[in-house]
Amino acid sequence: MSEPLIELHDVTFAYPGAPHPVFQGLNYRLLPGKHVGLIGPNGCGKTTLLHLIMGLLRPQSGRIVIFGQEVKKEKDFVDVRQKVGLLFQNADDQLFCPTVIEDVAFGPLNQGKKPEEAVRIARETMERLGLQGFEDRVTYKLSGGEKKLVSLATVLAMRPQVLLLDEPTAGLDEKTKERLVHILKNLEITFMVVSHENHFLEHTVKECCHVHRSSCEFISIHQWRDSL
Amino acid sequence: MSGIQEPFSEGNSLIHCLDPRGKIIIAGLFAVMVAVAKSMPAALVGLVLSLLCLALARLPLKKVILRLLVVNSFILILWLVLPLTYPGDAVLTFGPLSATRQGLIFTALITLKSNAIIIALMALVATVPVVTLGQAMHEMRFPDKLCHLLLFTYRYLYVFEQEFHRLVQAMKIRGFQPRTNLHTYRSYAYLAAMLLVRSYDRADRVFQAMLCRGFHGIFFSLRTFSWHRRDGVFVAAALLALGLLLYLEWWMPDLLVRIS
Repeated sequence: MSEPLIELHDVTFAYPGAPHPVFQGLNYRLLPGKHVGLIGPNGCGKTTLLHLIMGLLRPQSGRIVIFGQEVKKEKDFVDVRQKVGLLFQNADDQLFCPTVIEDVAFGPLNQGKKPEEAVRIARETMERLGLQGFEDRVTYKLSGGEKKLVSLATVLAMRPQVLLLDEPTAGLDEKTKERLVHILKNLEITFMVVSHENHFLEHTVKECCHVHRSSCEFISIHQWRDSL
Repeated sequence: MSGIQEPFSEGNSLIHCLDPRGKIIIAGLFAVMVAVAKSMPAALVGLVLSLLCLALARLPLKKVILRLLVVNSFILILWLVLPLTYPGDAVLTFGPLSATRQGLIFTALITLKSNAIIIALMALVATVPVVTLGQAMHEMRFPDKLCHLLLFTYRYLYVFEQEFHRLVQAMKIRGFQPRTNLHTYRSYAYLAAMLLVRSYDRADRVFQAMLCRGFHGIFFSLRTFSWHRRDGVFVAAALLALGLLLYLEWWMPDLLVRIS
């Protein structure tokens, strides 16, 4: 069996001032090549789990191991973020550059790529997502669906090995959802997607993970569908 | 459609085609020189120069006048106060109040100068889209923080405008009507506070999203500008005109009227 990409051991996390911890002694592992749907009611900690992996939140106790390395400090997470991409729930949080091409090239530039190289990668990524001709569009004037696809391009331009998606279909029309399904189906990297939409999950993932306070219960997509 | 627009940045006049860097430098120099000018001829020539730029920029006149009206409504207050309070020789008397010659000249000077600066800024700076302005400032080695503050402010102004409208609509659909009472003040205070809290949260999330994409404190710009011959000609001509201003201010300040 291959090494897990992401492991959480005995992780406890509580938001400051909250009466109950979100996670208490949580264990979780993500194996390479898996496409996993994270499910569970609102507030069960799906987004929190993604933010813990990215180092945006720090657990009060427990260990997080990513690519076989234990990550603790900000410095460790800086390396994680080069290999793990997170698509935020709200595209307005993700897109901040004036034009689309600058936003997509932002990640590659941070990775130390030369401007020409960064622009080339950005164009390639956008082409792959069917976003040709968007280069000089102004990010805040895009429609909701376009913003979401451009956000995905900004994350994929960094060529991550793992992709985390936080409710990518929220607020999208059917056509854009279909496009997203198509993109994820053809994605060769490991990904985890938070979603409340059965139809979307059925088409993109093979197994789902029910997030609880102290455990993550994996079930196949069929089991899950039958349980509904 | 958003209420925030840049009507002056669209166009294909000579001024629109110039390199933004040249326009920023000239607008800055012009604004400083006119602002410190103390003589009538310099202020008048400044106004003429700015009108010349405005004509070259071919901006929609109606919108220009509307903006000037806003500025001049503040200046109107000065006209009501300054001539009556400035010490000097009385020329007009209204009962116990009297307007002084020096006060009138001083107020006229302020009016000329502020209009000249506003018109020049409209013709030179407002003809550059804000995004390009930020990038040009970055290219001109303005402090990074300043440029990014400008670009971020502009980017999220739209988001907050939308947020504001959403909140206002949420209030309206529940029958809120502004009146002069405590309920209204409290509701507006909640609205302002909610916007503040939400923008703080948003700033946090934007920063997190940037960290996730490997941000480590340095911004890279992809934009490059090219300097053409017409930009050289524009800057040279503008510098000559500014020289004329300087000459009038220093050597013939009393050409038209004596201030003191």
